[in-house]
Amino acid sequence: MNAAALSVAPEKPTRSPTWESLRRFVADRFSLLAAIVVALFILMAIFAPWLAPHDPDENDLLRRLQPAAWMEGGEWSYLLGCDGLGRDILSRIIYGARVSIAIGVVVVLIATAVGTALGLAAGYMRGWVDILVSRVIDILLGFPYLIFAIALMAMMGPGLENIILALVYKEWVVPARVVRGEVLAAREMEYVEAARAVGAPRLHIMVREILPNILSPVIVVSTIRMAHVIILEASLSFLGLGVQPPTASWGSMVADGRAFILDAWWASTFPGIAILLLVLSINVASQGLRDAFDPKFSD
Amino acid sequence: MNVLALVGRTAQLLPVLLGVSVIVFVMMALTPGDPVEVMLSGQQVPPEQVQAMRHDMGLDRPPLERFAVFLGNALTGDFGLSFFHRRPVTDVIAERLPATIELTLAALLIALAVSIPLGVLAAVHKNRFIDRLAAIGSLFGISLPGFWFGIIMIMIFAVHMQVLPVSGRMDYACEVAPITRLMTIDSLLRGRPDCFSNALSHIILPALTLALPMAAVLTRVQRAAMLEVLRSDYIVFAHAKGISRRRVLWRHALKNALVPTVTVAAMETGSLLGGNMVVETVFGWPGLGRLVVESIFVRNYPLIQAAVLFYAVTYVLLNFVADLLYTMLNPRVRL
Repeated sequence: MNAAALSVAPEKPTRSPTWESLRRFVADRFSLLAAIVVALFILMAIFAPWLAPHDPDENDLLRRLQPAAWMEGGEWSYLLGCDGLGRDILSRIIYGARVSIAIGVVVVLIATAVGTALGLAAGYMRGWVDILVSRVIDILLGFPYLIFAIALMAMMGPGLENIILALVYKEWVVPARVVRGEVLAAREMEYVEAARAVGAPRLHIMVREILPNILSPVIVVSTIRMAHVIILEASLSFLGLGVQPPTASWGSMVADGRAFILDAWWASTFPGIAILLLVLSINVASQGLRDAFDPKFSD
Repeated sequence: MNVLALVGRTAQLLPVLLGVSVIVFVMMALTPGDPVEVMLSGQQVPPEQVQAMRHDMGLDRPPLERFAVFLGNALTGDFGLSFFHRRPVTDVIAERLPATIELTLAALLIALAVSIPLGVLAAVHKNRFIDRLAAIGSLFGISLPGFWFGIIMIMIFAVHMQVLPVSGRMDYACEVAPITRLMTIDSLLRGRPDCFSNALSHIILPALTLALPMAAVLTRVQRAAMLEVLRSDYIVFAHAKGISRRRVLWRHALKNALVPTVTVAAMETGSLLGGNMVVETVFGWPGLGRLVVESIFVRNYPLIQAAVLFYAVTYVLLNFVADLLYTMLNPRVRL
């Protein structure tokens, strides 16, 4: 490199690592597209009352199992056809997005908050706190997820809050383990040592020093888990243990449509495509997020 | 690895299992709805009889005493009578278990058969067409809701093309005397190829549905492991020695790259058991998963307790086996 080039080179402003990561994420077109699809689903859920062409719970027995618009006997005002009670499937899918997304977001937020707090405490304070938290995690890991949630739903009865609780009771384990592991590594680092040396209180070190430094794996894990939680909620609703009728949920729509697979394939096919599309987009976007925040993964 | 370490590891399982049984019991104790009421389903029966029945099932005793009794009996392998069937819970579970085991094994087999070659090919042709295809396939595999995929499979292969049955384990015409109670194996052992193909046609769709997410995970694991191994010195050396490319790949490299896959497969089998209930429900498969779902609806506490405990024990043990496999296949790791 010659001296002239050196002197001409403009001083590059140093960007924060988070900004760099976001720039990498936006540059990954595939992930960006997935993130846009997720955003569209969220908008669809928020603006459901304005977007849905019909009342999602309105029965019209004359339209029972009416086929999708492009099929014989279909109507353009009922784009994806009607279900066994003559309800508009498209409107129910639009409203069903509210259940899936609300449960996915709320469960993951609560679980991440609880799991992060417990993981921080266990990893940093060690001792009996760590033993207690780790044992509870071991025990909860001993249950297959769906069975645990099903048993809890049977115990607490149906309802939106109960589904959220049933999933949170086990979901917090995932962020707690990630955070604990990260904290165990971080607590030996110089910056923590330095904070300890100047006599910073324990809470300050955990929340202000360590937490910001381990946040990106936590965020990445939470987004991946959201896809999981949405499938779990749909599975619970499919088994009849989730959101109760007539509230539209994608899982229960698939279950309802199952009775008509001989005559009306659209009744369970379309809600399933909605689940697949949302979960797939979340998975692609979170993979992009992971690669952007932690380039060593991108192999 | 020595015996002492093994004993130590096994002892660590006990508190977990005790914790699991406490949680299961508390859940059941807090569940509203009286099993006797559910059993009667609104029919009029003299209250003395209801009382007698509750006494008979031990429901009138305080919860702590019930838990002590449950735990004491469980240690001797007695989980009580199923409220619904009026037979020992262990008998009812033992009846349903072979179906679940057969389905799980079939799914495991499919998942391994797909993911190992696919993962190796993806690693060898990194960033090329087959790698991209495997990546997209894995993404779909983990994103597909099993219950929906199962229904779509039924619609395509059973309803539309009519080449496979909609549900069940085997046609009534094919009653072979049980040996292993795994229908595909029994029909072969009894020399009934017609029944074998019948059993196979029943198991293929549920096994495929169950295998898909597992295959997705294993393909990624296999690819990552293979990439790592291919970078190592001994592979470079093997190439340099002039050993054929195919031999290096499938003999030298794969042997070591299989370790993580086998380990993850053992762990995933535990979640496979838990995921069975959805697939068994969709395909009317008479296994344990469906039994548990049905039992929850009728508040059949003893059965749910025993089944959940069984799942937990299997899950914990499979993780333990995964650890052991990892250590045995990979001598560099010490337990």
